[in-house]
Amino acid sequence: MSIFTETFEWLADPSHWAGSSGIATRLLEHLQYSGLVLVIAAAIAVPVGLYIGHTGRGRVAAVAVAGALRALPTLGLLVLFALIAGSGLMPPVWALVILTVPPLLAGTYAGISSVDETVVDAARAMGMKELQILFRVELPNGLQVMFGGIRTAVLQVIATVSVVAYLPLGGLGRYLFDGLVLQDFPRMLAGSLLIAGLAIAVDLVLATAQRLLVSPGLSTGPKGGRKAATTLTAAAPATAAVQGGSP
Amino acid sequence: MAEAMIEFQSVTKQYQGGQAAVDDLSMSIDKGSITVFVGPSGCGKTTSLRMINRMVEPTKGTITVDGKDVTSVPAAELRRSMGYVMQSSGLMPHRSVLDNIATVPRLNGVSKADARKRAEELLDVVGLASGLGKRYPSQLSGGQQQRVGVARALAADPPVLLMDEPFSAVDPVVRDELQRELLRLQRDLAKTIVFVTHDIDEATVLGDKVAVFAVGGKLAQYATPEEILRAPANEFVASFVGRDRGFRHLGFSAADGVTIRPVPTVTRGGNADGGTDVDARGNAGGWRLVVDAESRPLGWEGPGSGSDLIPGGSLFRPGDTLRRALDSALSSPSGLGVAVDGDGRVAGVIEAAEVLAVIESARRVRQDAL
Repeated sequence: MSIFTETFEWLADPSHWAGSSGIATRLLEHLQYSGLVLVIAAAIAVPVGLYIGHTGRGRVAAVAVAGALRALPTLGLLVLFALIAGSGLMPPVWALVILTVPPLLAGTYAGISSVDETVVDAARAMGMKELQILFRVELPNGLQVMFGGIRTAVLQVIATVSVVAYLPLGGLGRYLFDGLVLQDFPRMLAGSLLIAGLAIAVDLVLATAQRLLVSPGLSTGPKGGRKAATTLTAAAPATAAVQGGSP
Repeated sequence: MAEAMIEFQSVTKQYQGGQAAVDDLSMSIDKGSITVFVGPSGCGKTTSLRMINRMVEPTKGTITVDGKDVTSVPAAELRRSMGYVMQSSGLMPHRSVLDNIATVPRLNGVSKADARKRAEELLDVVGLASGLGKRYPSQLSGGQQQRVGVARALAADPPVLLMDEPFSAVDPVVRDELQRELLRLQRDLAKTIVFVTHDIDEATVLGDKVAVFAVGGKLAQYATPEEILRAPANEFVASFVGRDRGFRHLGFSAADGVTIRPVPTVTRGGNADGGTDVDARGNAGGWRLVVDAESRPLGWEGPGSGSDLIPGGSLFRPGDTLRRALDSALSSPSGLGVAVDGDGRVAGVIEAAEVLAVIESARRVRQDAL
């Protein structure tokens, strides 16, 4: 029997889906961890990104810091936080927040600064105040590009949240670590597939949200901005699956 | 003497470290008229315009609008009291045409329904079909976008309209059309319009008064377009106005004195069998003007060209200027400018030599008056 048929049988077994360590519970845990990380990271990254995008101030510092944070090794950071702050849910969440802020910040900043300067200038000359310019002009027009950053960040979080199982907490990462210890490779492969499947499903939800939220006026133009953005993010689930499979 | 609406009092704008963008500018802009700022790039014309609505703050001096110092009003409020049209339409891509036009009324607290109703009226005022209101800016042509830009500037019915090279990014045919539309609008609205351009032709066509700026932000001459073409204040203005200024100046003189002579014509498709009727009155050196059944000009038949149709030149219409009269003669293959009546029917022809004689006699009259 090949590993693929074994994996399929493992996934098809109803006893693996139910119970406190079943797939349903693990999926929910995985989504909860991811959601918590994203909410905290967004609360930090979005306001800062909006500020930098609107004013252009602190751009150089933000790029440098974001670049440095991105270079941090995930697992190392996670273990470091657990050693310093002890066990529990929050230390690994903070570690993941640090890794999620850079793409969200870069996406928000890039979205705001992608808005045509002459449009912003015209809005100001019409008599809009700065906050009106930010929320009525820059945000709606930068949303298309911002969604690119948001989707990348979400996929990255869903993939890397798997590592919290190492600490050990729940989530779909359990199947990877448990499978590794038990040399149960079908279980590991099933876990990888579940993580990849979750990432793709969430990305589809975000793609729909993007279609509903972004004004049709931005995609009817001759530049075809939406097409380019979709192509970029479509490649992301594959990357996420690879990351999720080898934490 | 017209009442002043906008006044610059010793206004200087200096950017950090650089030389002055605008240097000690003092001028007074008449209420209800079009004043054009013209000059080469880097002459401070746009900076001067943008200081009126405080998009740029002057380093020194004061600007008053309707007697009030512009710095006495919060910047956003001041800007909402003036329409602003820019070179790239600057329309908001995420909003429909109607919502773009409704921007300033909405900022002023007008309800969405009322603002949209006003926006629909304005579509009509600027000559756009009401069906365009639901479209997005990216679905419009450049000329249509500029019209929407003008409608947006007019939406709150401001007394002052600031226009920063609004027609320079559209093709020449559309530009002509937009210029005529602006003049038509201005006849009804009588706004105080400040218009920036680098095109001296546009300045002389649109301006009641023209301010020529020189590099370094100095006002070189401020006068009617006719006077600037006839009597440039200095070497700079003369060179900026260009070589053709003598010819362009003819655009301010009526061509009433030019004699219109009869011309031999050939009517194509005039009689029942679709053949030709020949009217041999007048002499055109062997050339015959080809007209249709309604005696509208089609072109020329040359002395040796048989019945081949040679395309004609520009037409001279009643009320046209000496410049048009001369151009019709110079652009015609026969050397004879075709004059038509109000319905486009051939009235006769004019000769370049006769137009020149009229110009010369007008010059003598002016000279004698001195």
